[in-house]
Amino acid sequence: MTFHYDKDAQGIVTVIMDMDGPANTMGPDFVTLMRGTVDRLEAEEGLTGVVIASAKHTFFAGGDLKAILATEEADAGYLDFLTENKGQLRRLERLPVPVVAAINGAAMGGGFEICLACNHRIADASAGTVGLPEVTLGLLPAAGGIVRTIALIGLEKGLPFVLEGKPARPAKALELGLVDALVDNGAMLVEAAKTWIRANPDAHVQPWDRKGFTYPGGNSETPANRMMIAGAPVMLFNRTRGRLPAPEAVLDVAVNSTRMGFDAALDMESRRFLPLVVSPQAKAAITTFFLGMNGIKSGKFRPEGAKWAATSSAVLGAGMMGAGIAWSHAAHGLPVSLKDMSLANAEKGRAYSEALVARQTARGSMTEEAGARLLAAITPTDRNDFAGVDILVEAVFEDIALKEKVIADTFGLIGTDGIYGTNTSTLPITELAKAAPDPSRFIGIHFFSPVDKMQLVELIVGEKTSEETVRKACDYCVQIGKIPMVINDSRGFFTSRVFSTFLDEGQALVHDGMAPAAVERAAWMVGMPVGPLQVMDEVSLILIRKAHDTNMDLDRRLPDNLYKTKNAYSESIAFDMIEQGRGGRQYGGGFYDYAADGQRTLWPGLKDYARGNSRVGMEDAMDRILYRQVIEALRCMDEGVLRSEVEANIGSIFGIGFPAWTGGALHYVRFVGVETFAKRADELAERYGERFALSRDVYAKLLDGSGFRVGQADKVALADPEAQSA
Amino acid sequence: MAEAAFIYDALRTPRSKGKPDGSLNQVKPIDLVVTLLREMQSRHDLDTARVDDVIMGCGNPLKEQGSVMSKSALAMADWAENVPSAQVNRFCASGLDTFNMAAAKVASGWDHLVCAGGYESMSHVPIDSATGPLADDPETVLKTVSVPQGISADLIATIGGWDRETCDEVAVQSQAKAARARDAGWFDRSVVPVRDDTGLPILVRDDFLKPGTDIQTLGALPSSFARMGSMGFDQFALTKYPEVARIDHVHTPGNSSGIVDGASLVMLGSEAAGKDLGLTPRGRVVSTALTATEPTIMLTGPGPASKLALKKAGLSMDDIDLVEINEAFASVVLRLQQDLDVPDEKLNVVGGAIAMGHPIGATGGMLVGTMLDELERRNLKRALICMCVGGGMGIASIIERV
Repeated sequence: MTFHYDKDAQGIVTVIMDMDGPANTMGPDFVTLMRGTVDRLEAEEGLTGVVIASAKHTFFAGGDLKAILATEEADAGYLDFLTENKGQLRRLERLPVPVVAAINGAAMGGGFEICLACNHRIADASAGTVGLPEVTLGLLPAAGGIVRTIALIGLEKGLPFVLEGKPARPAKALELGLVDALVDNGAMLVEAAKTWIRANPDAHVQPWDRKGFTYPGGNSETPANRMMIAGAPVMLFNRTRGRLPAPEAVLDVAVNSTRMGFDAALDMESRRFLPLVVSPQAKAAITTFFLGMNGIKSGKFRPEGAKWAATSSAVLGAGMMGAGIAWSHAAHGLPVSLKDMSLANAEKGRAYSEALVARQTARGSMTEEAGARLLAAITPTDRNDFAGVDILVEAVFEDIALKEKVIADTFGLIGTDGIYGTNTSTLPITELAKAAPDPSRFIGIHFFSPVDKMQLVELIVGEKTSEETVRKACDYCVQIGKIPMVINDSRGFFTSRVFSTFLDEGQALVHDGMAPAAVERAAWMVGMPVGPLQVMDEVSLILIRKAHDTNMDLDRRLPDNLYKTKNAYSESIAFDMIEQGRGGRQYGGGFYDYAADGQRTLWPGLKDYARGNSRVGMEDAMDRILYRQVIEALRCMDEGVLRSEVEANIGSIFGIGFPAWTGGALHYVRFVGVETFAKRADELAERYGERFALSRDVYAKLLDGSGFRVGQADKVALADPEAQSA
Repeated sequence: MAEAAFIYDALRTPRSKGKPDGSLNQVKPIDLVVTLLREMQSRHDLDTARVDDVIMGCGNPLKEQGSVMSKSALAMADWAENVPSAQVNRFCASGLDTFNMAAAKVASGWDHLVCAGGYESMSHVPIDSATGPLADDPETVLKTVSVPQGISADLIATIGGWDRETCDEVAVQSQAKAARARDAGWFDRSVVPVRDDTGLPILVRDDFLKPGTDIQTLGALPSSFARMGSMGFDQFALTKYPEVARIDHVHTPGNSSGIVDGASLVMLGSEAAGKDLGLTPRGRVVSTALTATEPTIMLTGPGPASKLALKKAGLSMDDIDLVEINEAFASVVLRLQQDLDVPDEKLNVVGGAIAMGHPIGATGGMLVGTMLDELERRNLKRALICMCVGGGMGIASIIERV
């Protein structure tokens, strides 16, 4: 672990950062190295310039997330660390010679903050992406990233960059002024930096250290900036529903940094980091979106074994789901036969992709050539002319008898190494597998609609599905750009069960006498994408009734394997509304009335379903909406449906829109604190009904990992962040 | 009250559109106040050295009307140099707040003669000139659910069930009543023409009014705050009013207060000071009140403030002959009328800010004068004056003739 220090004949020192591990990161080691380096630079005789470079294939990876996740107290010592770190960068930018960053690869977070403390930034034109993604992990850039970005490019350009945390590719970074020059040949980076130093020997004072410095685009008082500052918090609130402290802090630091001295602003930035680093929101984001997502993408949660890739595929049924699945295959270079009863129907299924291609090429997000290649990968057919495929996904109508017939008829079409997937949201996989000659190669693949947009795929493991098939199915999902979540077969699976409780709780609140508008708003305020009553209308009450009827039929067929979720309020309200001719939006109205222009108004008749005579407060309503879903997820875990906590969290967020700020439906228990959550659930159970009641044993199972079939990998991810590579 | 606070006079400038094409745009803000100071002195042959303080309200006390402009105005009007002055900001209530403060000073017995009122040259210092945490500090905005007051006004209308036509009708009434009063000369005693250095008039009477405004004309105006609401302010505000499905954006430039230039000056004093100077009291201050209500809906303070003023005075609404609620927005008038159950014939009898304009810091003092004139003209006793105020505040004053 070192910073290589190399002074050339002309007095330019090249500092090459080469820390232990695959990437340079910003932690205590970095501070020590940087302090030593700046000490030496300040004492260097005949120094004419400094180039900061990296020995890794990336420039610098950012903060040490493992250390951040483990931080439980942000005390004076932590502030000292931030101040010390910042102090070294401040010294670096105040050297009496030009300092240039040679950005050979991604400069993220702390990495880009080092670059900002240089007088000039030159990046590799293809690899030198820069960004401050801290905000997406519940944090803020605390090494001067906010303060210097705003001072460098102004509020108008700088705010979106610091607030959204989206990395800027080299060309974009140049356009924004975040880097000053690009170099096509990465090998010439350091030389380009030295050339600039030789040409600009006096360019060693940062703009903000010059007398009479003004912010690019003006300070916070210009009419344009004031308008932006007035609108930004509210637009942010509409995005976060006020649930994320990090972007609020970033916005506030960015704006207010322009109203005080530069060093005062740097200090404020550090202090505002302290509450964030210990916040449950940061822990949730790092656990689920960083460690969890990386774990899934790198196959940590799938059964061990060689990586598998399908080279041929077929989709049966060219309806909306089948057409979307075929698109996903073709878009990721997997040739697919799209079969339906008639060739015309199959072609209609391909037309779905044609429309998507047309839209994307028109927008410029896809080349004509790529579009043509994509469409060429879809072969519409009305015959079984695809024998030997690696993966066959059956996506015919959700009817158990039909599916059983199709499975029996087509199972033989998969190759010897192939797997057979059935796309269903309700039908038990173990039952359907009985129709398959080899149930070990049969698995449930629950896609979400619209398939081209929804990233999650729920993989349902039947009693006889082999682990090899699970592994292949996981790899298949990643191959076609999806996020797999593996669950064990159980009535209602996972996501559908949890989501149904969200809809039911919405109706329970109506039943209890809460104003329907307040029910919708409570859901909005906790971060659900759409209110439960509106969802009911969009999905249609009739479809929900059909799924219910299917489950009743299945209950009769499977008396030993009953559907466990009880959605009493959907039965008493939605099903009664169907009787009154209110089947949902496509049926002319449901919970809402719809004007010709599409304007929605809550149906006044809903008041007749209010049975309660006590006002439900917003706090209770919001908790009911979240807790009901979390408790259903815990029940799923208790029943052995879930394989890992991480997958449940990711599945809840990407499958049914459970609010991301929670870290996922199970992580929310940790977010709140297990004891606090359990007590609140007891309280809700006492006040609103048994559906909130849960035995303490269930929480214990969550904590010790015994509630998961594949508990090991999960425990590794959560209890020992060291096991995950940042 | 130890000492009764008498009102000796109340003057105001005419009001005119607060934009570069308004009649008073060519007049410096300080000269609006100098006009009234000179008139007050000459009308009563006032020994200005006897004035203990001049407190003037201003909603944007900065730029040309900053640096305690009222103190400079005293010098420019040749008032005695021992007279001090303060510039006070309580948003829209500034001009009534100074009136209440002056009353309190006199009532305390420590001061004997105090002038109040306010000024606002909105054509010179636009309404959004001042920066402050209320809209410019993201952390404050987010924690306090701070929204532009137009959103609040529309929210009040939505909750009250007052649709566009109901709000426009308030405006039609305001225009009709104001035009009748102005044209009949009912304002002439209190409105002081603004003149140039040679005494030629620049503006003699209010010219912001749009007589003959009807419901059709108003109905054609576009909503002022719908776009702002759709940017996210509606959803933000409704987190405090979750049972409201959506905000109905009923306010337009036609049914909201006008942006105008103007100033007001009211003189209060003890009975002894009046006698000493040969002044005849026109009325006295019965009680005053300030309060604050939920700040997101912001403009519902007048009702609670009025009730507080009534309670302090031991009066009920039956004891009030006329009610003046500043017409910041039509919904504010409707809300106050509902909160206090005011009959139409007692409410804003000579129109209000929708017709004549609302020069922020000056308005409160103007309403005092309007009510004094009208109590005298109708030979009535008591009036209640109230205003909605930024930040959720409400203010009220009860005055009566003596």
